[in-house]
Amino acid sequence: MSATARRGLNRWLLVLLLIVLSVPFVFPTWWMATSSLKPMSEILSRVPTIWPQDPTFEAYGRVFTLQPFAQQYWNSLYIAVLVTAGTMLVSAMAGYAFARIRFPGANALFVLVLVGLLVPSEVTIVPLFRIVNTLGLIDTHWPLIVIPVLGAPAVLAVFIMRQFFLGLPTELEEAGRIDGLGRWGVFWRIALPLSRSALGAVAIFTFLKSWNLYLEPIVYLSSKENFTLPQALTQYVDAYGGPMWNVQLAATTLTVLPVLAVFLVAQKQFVQGLAHSGLKG
Amino acid sequence: MATASAAVRRDWLVGYTMVAPVVLGSLAFVVLPLGMVVWYSLHEWNVLANTFTFVGAENYQRMASDPGLTDALLATVWFSVGLVVVNIALALLLAVLLNQKLPGTTTFRTFFFSPVVVSLVAWTIVWSFLLQADGGINGFLSVLGVEGPNWLRHPTTAMIAVIIVQVFKNVGLNMILFLAALQGVPEELQEAARLDGAGAWRRFRSITLPLISPTILLVSIITIVGSLEVFAQIDVLTGGGPGNSTTVLVYYLYQQAFRFNEFGYASALAVLLFVIVLVLTLFQWQSRKRWVFHEV
Repeated sequence: MSATARRGLNRWLLVLLLIVLSVPFVFPTWWMATSSLKPMSEILSRVPTIWPQDPTFEAYGRVFTLQPFAQQYWNSLYIAVLVTAGTMLVSAMAGYAFARIRFPGANALFVLVLVGLLVPSEVTIVPLFRIVNTLGLIDTHWPLIVIPVLGAPAVLAVFIMRQFFLGLPTELEEAGRIDGLGRWGVFWRIALPLSRSALGAVAIFTFLKSWNLYLEPIVYLSSKENFTLPQALTQYVDAYGGPMWNVQLAATTLTVLPVLAVFLVAQKQFVQGLAHSGLKG
Repeated sequence: MATASAAVRRDWLVGYTMVAPVVLGSLAFVVLPLGMVVWYSLHEWNVLANTFTFVGAENYQRMASDPGLTDALLATVWFSVGLVVVNIALALLLAVLLNQKLPGTTTFRTFFFSPVVVSLVAWTIVWSFLLQADGGINGFLSVLGVEGPNWLRHPTTAMIAVIIVQVFKNVGLNMILFLAALQGVPEELQEAARLDGAGAWRRFRSITLPLISPTILLVSIITIVGSLEVFAQIDVLTGGGPGNSTTVLVYYLYQQAFRFNEFGYASALAVLLFVIVLVLTLFQWQSRKRWVFHEV
């Protein structure tokens, strides 16, 4: 075999390898979405069917009657949006100040903030539960919004924004200064618009983190109307505690497909944003 | 001079205002709770009985003789080591494959990354169905003539299952970070080595690997610390079982606090978790000089 032919064959072997490797990444989501349209008997068939034989939307109706699912969906959505917007604002301001403004104690304050990177949320869950309880905010959404925006989960965002602003050429800001802008003016009109890619990365992973939050909701929330989606998904069980698979898969599909659709549309920005957010060190 | 100093002071004020939310937040939601958890750990605290008594180091002595904690630490080590090794190896393999000029790399990248945006509990629920004794995985295996185990009900396979589910969920993120690093490796170096007769493996080991080592360090820190925080997957997939084979430290802490209402002992466990994360991070940071080619 000639060298070119061998290289061609190698290429196709690599593509074949990629196809095989992608199965466990793609199949579960595919199977989830298609199985939500199957009757129970077909879901339980030993060898999974790729396409529903006899599609039915019956399970989707029950998703909403067994639990206040629309309310829970809204809870997750508005919490994630508030947390994302709040984190973007707070981290952009702090990141900018730590990168660009010289003020006494800046380094000490930055180190204080960085401690948050070393503290997994599980370490502080008991005291935070006590604080939330003392403030009378158990079974409300306050702790799920305020703590992520101001506490440890925001620290990585601050760090990313600081890294970005450190790399931004100062000339752009000086031009703004000459045009008579003050600090805030430079921040809002020049630095912030330029930081769109870093802010985008912060927005994406903050949204996903809030959307996925599991430990905190099960600790802080007790009534079904206040539940968020990850918590609600585990509640579709029958009288004996066995999962109602078709309903659970339908509910799961409803929580996954919108985010997945947004990702597929904005895939390029998404991946590049993460790759170039300063995370690569 | 007086005006300059006023301007400087105005600048300081803007600086303090901008960092105020996150500084106050860190004090209220990180530093204060850290102090509280240490204080709690010195107490016997039963919420149901409403008792809060100072017991000094008793909770820590209890940790030393608690077989449940030994199991939890072992489970944590198994999970972390398994996850980190498989995750980094697979992420690197995928990144290297996708860095070749092959048809459809964008599509494959999307495939491998897509579980990252699928919500964690949803992903776990689907896998818990596929991994049942008569679930889809064993269905596929039986087509191949292999009798699959009851994955989530055997101590060994339960841990493997949790690791696998977690790897497929998040490996795409590490893959992207590696891919970004690989694209920063200069083509000329590879070309020069090729002319010197270095094979693909040799080039990978002697050129690519050292050049992307800062990223490997960063990714392994993120992955190890992340692996210590695994909770939702355990809760949904195995509930810590069978027995307590998948009860990792975080899950044990949660059980002690919110199932058995042992807030004092749970706080001591939290302090232990914090110390472990701290030591691991500092250790990895220190060791960077030995195996990272250029500074991060």
